Amino acid sequence: MLVIKDLHVSAGELEILKGIDLVINPGEVHAIMGPNGSGKSTLAHVLAGKEDYEVTRGSIEFMGEDLLDMEIDERARAGIFQAFQYPVEIPGVSTAQFLKSVVNSIRTEKGEEELNAMEMLKLMRKKVKELGMNEALLKRSLNEGFSGGEKKKNEILQMAVLEPKLAVLDETDSGLDIDALRIVAEGVNTLRSAERSFIVVTHYQRLLDYIVPDFVHVLYQGKIAKSGDKNLALKLEDEGYDWLKDEISVSSIA
Amino acid sequence: MAVNLDQKLEKQKTIDQLKDIEQDYKYGFHDPEDEYAFKSEKGLTEEIVRKISEMKEEPEWMLDFRLKALDIFQKKPMPTWGNTEYLNQIDFANIHYFVRSSEKQGRDWDEVPTYIRETFDKLGISLLEQKRMMGVAVDAVIDSVSVKTTFKKQLSELGIIFCSFSEAVQDHPELIKKYLGSVVPYTDNFFAALNSAVFSDGSFCYIPKGVKCPMELSTYFRINTAGTGQFERTLIVAEEKSTVSYLEGCTAPMRDENQLHAAVVEIVAMDDAFVKYSTVQNWYPGNKEGKGGVYNFVTKRGMCRGVNSKISWTQVETGSAITWKYPSCILKGDGSVGEFYSIAVTNNFQQADTGTKMIHIGKNTRSTIISKGISAGKSHNSYRGLVKVGKKAENARNFSQCDSLLMGDKCGAHTFPYLEIENKSAQVEHEATTSKIGEDQLYYCQQRGLSEEDAINLIVNGYCKEVFNELPMEFAVEAQKLLAVSLEGSVG
Repeated sequence: MLVIKDLHVSAGELEILKGIDLVINPGEVHAIMGPNGSGKSTLAHVLAGKEDYEVTRGSIEFMGEDLLDMEIDERARAGIFQAFQYPVEIPGVSTAQFLKSVVNSIRTEKGEEELNAMEMLKLMRKKVKELGMNEALLKRSLNEGFSGGEKKKNEILQMAVLEPKLAVLDETDSGLDIDALRIVAEGVNTLRSAERSFIVVTHYQRLLDYIVPDFVHVLYQGKIAKSGDKNLALKLEDEGYDWLKDEISVSSIA
Repeated sequence: MAVNLDQKLEKQKTIDQLKDIEQDYKYGFHDPEDEYAFKSEKGLTEEIVRKISEMKEEPEWMLDFRLKALDIFQKKPMPTWGNTEYLNQIDFANIHYFVRSSEKQGRDWDEVPTYIRETFDKLGISLLEQKRMMGVAVDAVIDSVSVKTTFKKQLSELGIIFCSFSEAVQDHPELIKKYLGSVVPYTDNFFAALNSAVFSDGSFCYIPKGVKCPMELSTYFRINTAGTGQFERTLIVAEEKSTVSYLEGCTAPMRDENQLHAAVVEIVAMDDAFVKYSTVQNWYPGNKEGKGGVYNFVTKRGMCRGVNSKISWTQVETGSAITWKYPSCILKGDGSVGEFYSIAVTNNFQQADTGTKMIHIGKNTRSTIISKGISAGKSHNSYRGLVKVGKKAENARNFSQCDSLLMGDKCGAHTFPYLEIENKSAQVEHEATTSKIGEDQLYYCQQRGLSEEDAINLIVNGYCKEVFNELPMEFAVEAQKLLAVSLEGSVG
């Protein structure tokens, strides 16, 4: 589904990603961990197409297409969804209205008929129910005055409605209390399927107790320093990143 | 987004005609002028004013009113607030002050000349269709003369008078004499004096005591002829406990030279009466280089004369090269309420200077001002408003909120709030914000799959929501589309 080869990314003068290789197959959940400043969020933004970053080398292929050749909205319509670390507020636009515009713009693009207000509401109510959320969320202005938890839940709701092929969760667990964390994680688990893949960017192993990954990658200084299964995350939790730093400095000397 | 108006245009096979002109402004066609019945010589003289009055077979008192106004106009200096650089270029001697598009106002739809009917079709406001679909009564003014008023009979059964201003002068002189100039006297300002001298037509609306007008009343204005000024007058009188909602729309053809529009709207509301006045102003704004476009100088004022009366202005201003417009309320009756909801969009080289005056005279009067300015391109958008609380206006309340949204870095947004408070019990609140459409907001919307343009429309519509909510349904839909068209290509 997603093939990243030798990806180098800069922001201004600063090189952030220094050669990432990653293959994600349909249905897989990959966790990306690593200390602050290692490039985790940059990777998420580059996949979504944010313009602040420049890809200086390498390639990203998504569903057989050259992802780097696509605009932000094209990527989204092709099935890439980014759950934001800091979802923005859009005053005066309700979540329901927002989702209706988005869903219909995707449907129009695909040559499908637009959903009318009633059909849309039905769809959204169903998703809200499945995720165990509060329907009042739909009527409120998008993220305006939402608590941190509500914002993250709203991201998951949008993901559920848009049914992406690849969801990139960018530190979705940050700022969540344990109850919100559970709802968010359960939402993600409901959406797991053989066709849908996830990239879960996180600082903490805690989230991975709920969303159990197939693979864990540790990003360090712009490179994937180590890959493994969920046990790698547990090890990081116990021992921190220091052992990794030692390992890398040893290997770079060798 | 479904664009009904566009579909309608397609249906009516006008696309071919429209292809010849710039697509940006779809009302840019103009009708053949040689079919006009009368067009006055250019320039403004006493002779022209007499001629206008004579052609309209007006009574002596009407002519008298016009001549007095002309006298004031000739003595008054040009206004000096706002940006007067363009204003001083207006050559008042080089304007046709009166153009009559057909010999007589068509009494039946069938009598209306074909080309005028075609114009309405192109505009997508086929009167018959509107009549059927919406039950909106329409008075349409092309250039100077009111062409057709629908629904007159149904309305008259309720005692409601809704007709062209010229008809009202003939048929209801007592009402016109009583109320004309009672809210906006011809001495009021330069453009009001000009209008009072040469106004050609307009609409008159009278709602008798206790009657709730069962349908939206609507006037549609269009300037067609080159070098013409349009000076229409609207007068609405709402008697005790009556209610009416009034809509006004306008377009003009694309012309390289500037056209002048100077209208006067007067509203009188008696005890417990409620008048809601909604405008979607879409005069031709000029091209991308700032050439051409309508100069729009309008005096709109409502008098809440009665106890607990209410006047509510809602406007969506997207057109005109220059707009100066301050729909205002004089809150004379105790407990009366004034409201002003405004969206003003400027792009390219447009200039809008708009706002309101809320004059609190009675006790316990309340006013609300919600103004949303959106500036793009190299345009300038100003909010200019006055809240005045008189000595006797105990417990007056005002809430003002003026928001400006900037797109790009070459436009300007300005806010000029004036407060004159003479009573200590007054409570006046003013909130103002200026913001830019955030790149983060755009990115967020695009990440979900919206194109940049759809994202901008969504954000702008959200920003304007409080005002859209005040518009009647079908008007709100049209206004949202207009906003999208006005801002096309303004980012990126």
